[in-house]
Amino acid sequence: MSLKAFHLFFMTVSLVFSIAFGLWAFRAYRADGQTMNLVLSVASMLFAALLIPYGIWFLKKLRNVSYI
Amino acid sequence: MSAEVLPYTVKPHPVSGLYSGKMGIWLFLASEVMLFGALFSTYIFLRVGDPAWPSHEETHLSIPIGTINTLILITSSITMVMAWASCKMNNIAKAKMWLTVTAGLALAFLVLKFSLEYYPKIQHGNVPSKSTFYAIYFTMTGLHALHIIGGVAVIAYFIGPGAKLWKTDPEYYTNRIECTGLYWHFVDLVWIFLFPVFYLL
Repeated sequence: MSLKAFHLFFMTVSLVFSIAFGLWAFRAYRADGQTMNLVLSVASMLFAALLIPYGIWFLKKLRNVSYI
Repeated sequence: MSAEVLPYTVKPHPVSGLYSGKMGIWLFLASEVMLFGALFSTYIFLRVGDPAWPSHEETHLSIPIGTINTLILITSSITMVMAWASCKMNNIAKAKMWLTVTAGLALAFLVLKFSLEYYPKIQHGNVPSKSTFYAIYFTMTGLHALHIIGGVAVIAYFIGPGAKLWKTDPEYYTNRIECTGLYWHFVDLVWIFLFPVFYLL
């Protein structure tokens, strides 16, 4: 597996983690009303939203590089 | 000479389809999976078996700091892969710049970890000998921090003296950066699992 393939795997895990953490923080905010949890939730979701266009850009940039 | 001592440093081996460095780093990472896998299993058994496991309030782990450190490490993986891509595009100056950014992000992670997490805990007497939680927390995050320090040392080598290889064999140098990147991604992946295990669950 090349760095390209491992990076895509890592980014997928990061995306799933960011969304899950965003939902976790939002649930925590609804439970205790702490602003910090809302900030963490929004920041995490924004980060997840940025990872998707980055992944597409990355695939285009390294389209000639092998996955092996 | 080096090709005779260690063949397939640049071109892939006809049987495995991988150059020697990549085969070596994946074997090393397989051993790392076993090491961290054993520690994660240990954590699960300790936690499940202890009815008095401390709550989040008792552990004093800061979720905002953990989140910032997670974002730092994910970003460092992106900059690491940018360094490799720059090598592929024959731009060593840009590759060195991205490697420097990666090392800087790793140092930022370590500074946050030691100054805002380890130091206050040790000051308050929350040391490994205090409880099972702190023992496994310091063991796992400490081992991870050691891996970060090791990664920074390798990256620093390839920014400095190791960069001479680019002049004689750029493809070999690019392969070495790829191996470093594979290691770096693994270390970051470990943190992606460590963070929810200790801070959230």
